[in-house]
Formats: sequence, C-alpha cells, structure tokens
Amino acid sequence: MTKTNRLAFREGVRDGIPIALGYFAVAFTLGIAAKDAGFSAFQSAVVSLTNLASAGEKAGFNMVEARASYLEMALMILVVNARYMLMSSALSQKVEPELAMGHRLLMSYGITDEIFGICIAVRDKLNPRYLYGALSVAAPGWTIGTFLGVLMGNILPGNVVSALSVGLYGMFIAIIVPPARKNKVILVLVIISMILSAACEIVTFVSVIPAGTRIIILTVLISAVAAMLFPVDDDWGRQEG
Amino acid sequence: MQHNIYIYMIIMAAVTFAIRALPMTLIRKEIKSRFIRSFLFYVPYVTLAIMTFPAMIRVTDSPVAASIAFAVAVLLAWFGVSLFGVAVLACITVFVAEFLMMM
Repeated sequence: MTKTNRLAFREGVRDGIPIALGYFAVAFTLGIAAKDAGFSAFQSAVVSLTNLASAGEKAGFNMVEARASYLEMALMILVVNARYMLMSSALSQKVEPELAMGHRLLMSYGITDEIFGICIAVRDKLNPRYLYGALSVAAPGWTIGTFLGVLMGNILPGNVVSALSVGLYGMFIAIIVPPARKNKVILVLVIISMILSAACEIVTFVSVIPAGTRIIILTVLISAVAAMLFPVDDDWGRQEG
Repeated sequence: MQHNIYIYMIIMAAVTFAIRALPMTLIRKEIKSRFIRSFLFYVPYVTLAIMTFPAMIRVTDSPVAASIAFAVAVLLAWFGVSLFGVAVLACITVFVAEFLMMM
C-alpha cells in the first residue's frame, strides 16, 4: 500500500513538472498585472499560494485596482472560479467514496484546470497522492513565478511578455486535444464550444455578460445537452482509453 | 471607503477554497444518475475549450501571431506532444511570428 502511494506521488511529480514550468511562465505575466494593481511581490506571492487560480487572481487584481467593495470582490471570485465547483464535483466521483475528510480538503486546494486535467485522465480511481505530487511542484512554480513577475516583469521586453501570455492556452489545448482525438463526441463538443464561445463575444447583447459568467452558462448548457444526447456508458475516463 | 489589501486577499483565498472544497467534501457517494455522470464527464473539455477560444487570439500583441500559435498548438497536441512542449512551442511561435511581421 505504501509502495503504491509512493509511486502515485512520484507519478504526480513527473506529470506536474511540465505544469509547474508552464505555470512559472504564466504566473510571471500575472505578477506584472499584480504590480499594476498595487500589490507587492510578497503580497502577490501570498495570493498565488493561497488561490492557485489564474483567471480568479487576475479578476481579483482588477477588482483591487478598481477599489471594488468586499462584497463585489467575493461575488467576482465566486463567478470567475465557479468552474472549479464543477471540477470538484467531477473529482468527487473519481476518488474512493470512503476517502477521509482530510484528504478531501487537501485535494480541494489543488484543483486547478491543469491538475484537474491530469487527474481526470488517470485510469480507474484516483489516489490523492498523485494530486499531491503534482501540487508539490506546481504550487511553488506558480508562487515563485508570480513573485518574480512583480520584481522583474517590467524588465522583460514587450514581445517576450506577449509571447509568454499564450503559454497557459497552449497548455489548455494540450489537455483537450488528445482526448478529442480518441473520442469523436469530445471532438465535436470542443469545436462547438469554441464556435459558441466566439459567437457570444460577437453578439452584442450576450457580450455584455461578464466573461466568467458566460463561461459557466455555456459550460452548463453544452455539457447538459451532450449528456442527454450522448450519455457516457462506463466508468470515469474509460472513454479516453 | 478605505479598503485593506489584506482583507481583499483573505476574501479571495476563502471564496476560492470554499468553491473547490464544497462539492469534494459534500458529495461523499458515487453519483448514480447517468445524466449527471455524463454531464460531469463532459464539463472539463467544454469549459477548457470555451476558455481557450477566442481568448487566446486576443491575448497577444498580434492576433495573427496568436492564431498561428493556436493552429500550431492544436497540431502538436494532436500528435501527442506533452503539456509543457505545447505550451513552450506556442510561446515561441508567437515570438517568431511577431518578430517576422515587424520586419
């Protein structure tokens, strides 16, 4: 049992290293945004360590810059990060039902888009140590990247910052494309999702809805229709194999 | 009204953690409903696709460079390049494309 745990942790570290490196680059650009909002390097690092959320932190920095009320801040974070609630629900089905509360709380902290992506791709049930392994490298990468971004962000030339800013999206693409290649339903869903997402930005009366809210509404609608039309037969992730 | 940056930071951390922890701690059983299971299976792919496009196209200085990087990333991922490889090569693509367009 302990050997299995150690192995799971090590696999998590292995799969977490590319995430950590990507985070480092992305967090660097986030640090620049934090500095603009008036955060010190230390404060930004604390935000990154405690939030571990790219879009959420960016929205938070914007709210501070806009001197929003505390309630507005809470609502904004709720909306921008609401997708984690869906991911957390999905992950709750991926672990052993009798998994202890302590593990559930610690795992919850580590639910990011990318860590969720690799955890959901694990075959059969998920050992929490796999997530901890990935987290143990990804969280420092994210935190240190933010810290250095505040300190050195302005030193970097604009074209480097521009290039670094697509890193996060490159990672998202690398998570969704391989399963889409294997599973035609996912492939069609990904294409439809992107088309509708673009359409929502163009249609004026929809585009006034904040981006975070649009993401949630579209996700729920598309996933619900897909679940009705193409119900999944087997266990979690089996389709991907 | 005076706002304290540390109170902002506590709100951000607390709300973010609550969102992640509530389903994970409250849903202790396997969900039996085939609909909800299927729904949760599709959620990650749909949400990541929505977040990527068209946001990625607007994030760089040049939308053309980002569009090329998007195509490159999809191709690389299709042929099994790792997370990190795709991310780095997408960045390099933007850098090179923007450099060439300036010439």
